Amino acid sequence: MRFIPIFAANFERIMSFLRIKTLLVASFSLLAVLCSTSSFANNLAVDSAAIADTNKANVETVTVEEPKVEKKKEEGSFNVTETILEHIKDDHSWHLWGHTSIHLPVILKTSKGFEVFSSEKLVDEHHEPVVYKGNFDYKLIDGKTKIVDANGNLDKEASKQLWDISITKNVASLFVSVFILLVVLLSSAAAYKKTGVKTAPKGLQSFMEPIILFVRDEVAVPNIGAKKAGKYMPFLLTIFFLILTNNFLGLIPFFPGGANVSGNIAFTMTLAVCVFIVVNLSANKSYWEHIFWMPGMHWSMKLFLAPIELIGVFTKPISLMIRLFANITAGHILVLSLICLIFIFKTVFASAIAVPFAVFIGMIELLVAFLQAFIFTMLAAMYIGMATEEHHHEEAAHH
Amino acid sequence: MLLEINPLVLPDIGLVFWNTVAFLVLLIVLGKFAWKPILKAINDRESGIEEALLKADKMKSEITAMQNENEALLAKAREERATLIKEAKEASEKMVAEAKDKAKSEYDRILADAQVAINQQKNAALAEVKNQVGSLVVEVAEKVLRKELSNKADQESYIKQLADGVKLN
Repeated sequence: MRFIPIFAANFERIMSFLRIKTLLVASFSLLAVLCSTSSFANNLAVDSAAIADTNKANVETVTVEEPKVEKKKEEGSFNVTETILEHIKDDHSWHLWGHTSIHLPVILKTSKGFEVFSSEKLVDEHHEPVVYKGNFDYKLIDGKTKIVDANGNLDKEASKQLWDISITKNVASLFVSVFILLVVLLSSAAAYKKTGVKTAPKGLQSFMEPIILFVRDEVAVPNIGAKKAGKYMPFLLTIFFLILTNNFLGLIPFFPGGANVSGNIAFTMTLAVCVFIVVNLSANKSYWEHIFWMPGMHWSMKLFLAPIELIGVFTKPISLMIRLFANITAGHILVLSLICLIFIFKTVFASAIAVPFAVFIGMIELLVAFLQAFIFTMLAAMYIGMATEEHHHEEAAHH
Repeated sequence: MLLEINPLVLPDIGLVFWNTVAFLVLLIVLGKFAWKPILKAINDRESGIEEALLKADKMKSEITAMQNENEALLAKAREERATLIKEAKEASEKMVAEAKDKAKSEYDRILADAQVAINQQKNAALAEVKNQVGSLVVEVAEKVLRKELSNKADQESYIKQLADGVKLN
């Protein structure tokens, strides 16, 4: 209950701070992500491999003849980029503990119809990809299921016909969050029915109600207006709680969490597309007029502004997509990098620095998890508000 | 080209598909069975609270009005009492004054009467005394006359002496 007034008071300040911060984080992390595999990270990998090689050379002086040519996985070698990306990326199995993990089902749609099999069949006992013979020959190439020919080489033409709708780790985690949301929210909805509206909320209900009120009073109503906000409340609330739950689940390092759903571009893209659809479907005449034929301007200015405004229609949801993806992914990379320091330095004493820092970043991530859900919903509400806003000034000018 | 470099920024069609399904399921199920009743309950409660507050305000103003009325009534009663007391006082004063006046006039009358009576009595007494004196004088004169008629000179001086004595009265 208490955080809402605090939030409201600091709202303006937080927003201005966030705009700068998210912009920075988004641009930097995008840069880092795009460049990581190509240059910087490879250097790191080579460096650590080199360290490992020298270490090994001390032990088995002559036996390793060509360590740098063969870049296969060696015991003791450690590739930071690979490790981090492995944690960030989607997977076909969900690691539980030790050597135990859940092998999730692979669902493929090819020209020969649907096909379902366990992802266990795509890897051998050393987690190396092997060919599985179904309707086609399938093999994991860079973590993605592809069709291969008889020699085990990628068949590009056939792979284009392949639709992979497997229940991956992210999809399973998404289902977990959907389940949690359904249980929590339906039970709190039932509580209202049971206790009636005259009694104070209790338990779970009293925990959810301030959040719902927060979305209504701080997000929907100020941006859309009290009259129209009610219509968009279910959409905004669903988006907010879905992102929030996935953000929090992503922060849990072990089983029920551990997946990086809200830091996955597919997840944020889907939500951004939903926002795009809702915004443009609810847009009124004056919204389109302001985009294609800006009122109150000279005709040349109108021609000049139209393409810019039109681009703006698409950049709004794209910014939503990138902001959430980059913020959450950046947080995960940061925590993983700090933990990886221990393995880079190959000493347990590095954890004295790495672990407190990781905990600190984890705390910030808790805040970011809430803030990003809030910002996504807030901006979605703002776009809806812009699209449904009634403009009276140009009509007043005509009369 | 950049998209091919990093798998992180390449959306998986599988996750897009399942996410769309999950989102729509959530939107429909929660929209119907969670958001609608919750928002309705919250709205109901808020309007209930608003109503109750309005009612309380109304009651308060009513109570204030009643209090004002009571006070006005009290003030009026007090005023009435004051005037009543004043009137009673005036009446009593008037009565006392009247009584005093009456008493005074009575007293005056009684006094006057008394004086009149006293005067009458006095006059009567005086008249009687004069009468008696007269008759006494006549008696004395008779006696004197009987005695002194023998001596003419003595007689006359004696009469003269007597007469002087009578004059004093």
